Amino acid sequence: MKILVCISHVPDTTSKINFVDNNTKFDTNGVQFVINPYDEFCLTRAMWFKEKQGASVTVVNVGLANTEPTLRKALAIGADDAIRINVEPTDGLIVAKQLAEVVKNGGYDLVLAGKESADYNGQMVPGMLASLVDYNFVNACTGIEVEGSDAKLVREIDGGNEYLTSTLPMVVGGQKGIVEEKDLRIPNMRGIMMARKKPLQVIEPIDAGESTAVSSFEKPAPKGDVKLVDADNIDELINLLHTEAKVI
Amino acid sequence: MSVLVFADSSDGKFKKSAFELVSYGNRIAEQLGSSLTVATINHGDAADLYTYGASKVVNVESGDLNGFNAKGYAAALAAVANTTGANVVVIDSSADGLYVAPLVAIELNAAYASNVVSDLISTAPFTVKRKAFSNKAFSNTEVKTDVKVIGLAKNSFGTVENPVDGALESFSFSVDGGLGVATEKVEKASGQVTIADADVVVSAGRGLKGPENWGMVEELANVLGAATACSKPVSDLGWRPHSEHVGQTGKPVASNLYIAIGISGAIQHLAGVNASKVKVVINTDPEAPFFKAADYGVVGDAFEVVPKLIDKLKAFKQA
Repeated sequence: MKILVCISHVPDTTSKINFVDNNTKFDTNGVQFVINPYDEFCLTRAMWFKEKQGASVTVVNVGLANTEPTLRKALAIGADDAIRINVEPTDGLIVAKQLAEVVKNGGYDLVLAGKESADYNGQMVPGMLASLVDYNFVNACTGIEVEGSDAKLVREIDGGNEYLTSTLPMVVGGQKGIVEEKDLRIPNMRGIMMARKKPLQVIEPIDAGESTAVSSFEKPAPKGDVKLVDADNIDELINLLHTEAKVI
Repeated sequence: MSVLVFADSSDGKFKKSAFELVSYGNRIAEQLGSSLTVATINHGDAADLYTYGASKVVNVESGDLNGFNAKGYAAALAAVANTTGANVVVIDSSADGLYVAPLVAIELNAAYASNVVSDLISTAPFTVKRKAFSNKAFSNTEVKTDVKVIGLAKNSFGTVENPVDGALESFSFSVDGGLGVATEKVEKASGQVTIADADVVVSAGRGLKGPENWGMVEELANVLGAATACSKPVSDLGWRPHSEHVGQTGKPVASNLYIAIGISGAIQHLAGVNASKVKVVINTDPEAPFFKAADYGVVGDAFEVVPKLIDKLKAFKQA
């Protein structure tokens, strides 16, 4: 089985979110970048398929050269090789179109991608990619088993779970549950050394046109101070929730 | 040129988001000087939608779609959009909506603007306001494709009653080339408020000391008609099921009221819950970071405050 794992290069969760250039660009100054947590769950599941079922695992990222350390980290975790599509990932549709080229040319059986990225939270790349290459698709996946070309999957729905079957080739939008957090791997020294020698291929983008453009970013209005209510005066809390906040 | 809204239903009832979407569709149709069409799938009674201004409803009738299937739903919605000449399609942000919307976008050669939180910022250029960076920022996004798919963020626009005499058309549809994914089993807690649908969420953390103390959390939720949730450490410790974990890698919460009991408010937790409109924090530690993100706070011992709150709320509800 040939697996492709899509890796987004995103700010660490604890990063300060600021904007520059007249609020049109994310301020990367002092920001630490990591593998998108949703993608990391997928990569870890891919490692399982590699170790138990002999799958090959390629990782791919759409981004400029500054994202290569993130791809190297994925290689250090155990992916066999990496591809970087050399273009700024300006929106989900453009990223999906770039990835579709790699999927078509590489003949992958299973494409795993986090259901969303922790930066723009667009939640569209896996589905768009599946549609563009006409692969079967399951989103918000919390479990996947593959035997031959048959796949059994679990999808999280509002208030429960759905148990699904499908066939490869397919795209899966993964999240926590596809592996548990305790199964995530920290690269060891040997992995890091080996990752330096693993192939990282840079390919040029296709012309994907223009679909959206950010005209500006805004930060939420600063929040007022918390209103503290005395623990002995719960009536006051109920009164505030009823008359001021109007939520009960 | 028209706006198409997908009013989703399950188990024969419209989802709560359907009414918000219809209200929203009316508003942006008005902004665009355009008309609104509402699509439903295998749901022949649209009376509930007329209350919110759905004057034209197109019901997809399809023997292939007796249950949710993303590919089938996307094909059906794209067909309705093409037939009605829709240039804006609005889909909700439920688990199913988020699954379907990107597929609809590709079918219609459209860009998809997800997480939209308000009506149009501008109609020319067509600009929407979206949540980004886990609710820590908004991006005003210009959508440049001819057809546009909008994902409306949960509980962001609200419902607006606007009763009309609506008309229902049938649209018969069959899926070409298979559904790709088959549903073997659906597991859904019945009679319980889900975190996704809840107006009120009552959530508790490690401050509760052990799973045996969740009785009062459930009772408080019960009094408020709320869903119960928990912090990540609590689900990691196995005190509560993973399905209750809310926060960045868990479920997102966008309720009207979020009550956090014994949760310190780590940044990952806040990222998942700060879309809630009003946040109440109960914690013994006045320095807990959650107080900075909260609207109302009680510094005190949950084991004293929560039972008192339950009693007072019961009295309030009866009054």
